[in-house]
Amino acid sequence: MNLLYTWSGIGAIVLASTSGDVLLSHAMKEVGDLGELRKRSGLAAVIGSVIRNRYFLLGVLAMTVAFYGLLFGLSWGDVSLVAPASASLTFVANAVAAKFFLHERVDHRRWIAALLVAGGVALLHG
Amino acid sequence: MTFRKYLVLAAVTLCAAVGDSLLSYGMKQVGGISPHQLYDIILVILNPWIALGVFFLLGFFASYMTALSWADLTYVLPATSLGYVLLTIIAKFCLHEQVSFTRWLGILLISSGVGFVTQGPELTHQPKVKTAPVRVDP
Repeated sequence: MNLLYTWSGIGAIVLASTSGDVLLSHAMKEVGDLGELRKRSGLAAVIGSVIRNRYFLLGVLAMTVAFYGLLFGLSWGDVSLVAPASASLTFVANAVAAKFFLHERVDHRRWIAALLVAGGVALLHG
Repeated sequence: MTFRKYLVLAAVTLCAAVGDSLLSYGMKQVGGISPHQLYDIILVILNPWIALGVFFLLGFFASYMTALSWADLTYVLPATSLGYVLLTIIAKFCLHEQVSFTRWLGILLISSGVGFVTQGPELTHQPKVKTAPVRVDP
């Protein structure tokens, strides 16, 4: 039963973290190149257009859920399982989500990179 | 990729690793916080190491947002994962933690992943931009 709780927690962390990354990425693409925007309109305009973007706010909310999910996950399961599993699965889930929701062209190079980094992160935490 | 963009990716990597290390060092100074004393978690910001760590993590968030404004998510995440490598090196040489063979193997895998992704383009999907209709003279 405890293992079920632990894996539910890991699933919730991966889902919230991936949603957060996808929403933040979408928000930033809507705002446009921040460097160019700062040159044109100044830093205050950059901050204003970022924090007014609803996808940015939703992304921050999702990241907050992911953070608290991690705290709950760690209270249910061992850190040696929860931390590597959630971090490495998030890399793979991000590649899938970016392909379908952000329409990024995730070619072989990016799949291999995502899997290598996911494996590496799992080994680092393990 | 311009030099400025590489600098932004380096800032994401550096700020995350340095910020996490400073938080770790500061929290070890503060000691364990009981769940019954949650108010203490707010006061830990008064520790200079933790305050500096939070400052670096704000820098991480700002540079991460900047990178996402001109690069794909599937480019930024693996490209900036060198932060894990840097964090392990800081843990080994500054915090004097034990780093096992498996962790060095993890570092090798992450570095290979970064090498793979940074050889490709940073942006593969251009967001649709509304353009004015072209006037054709008779």
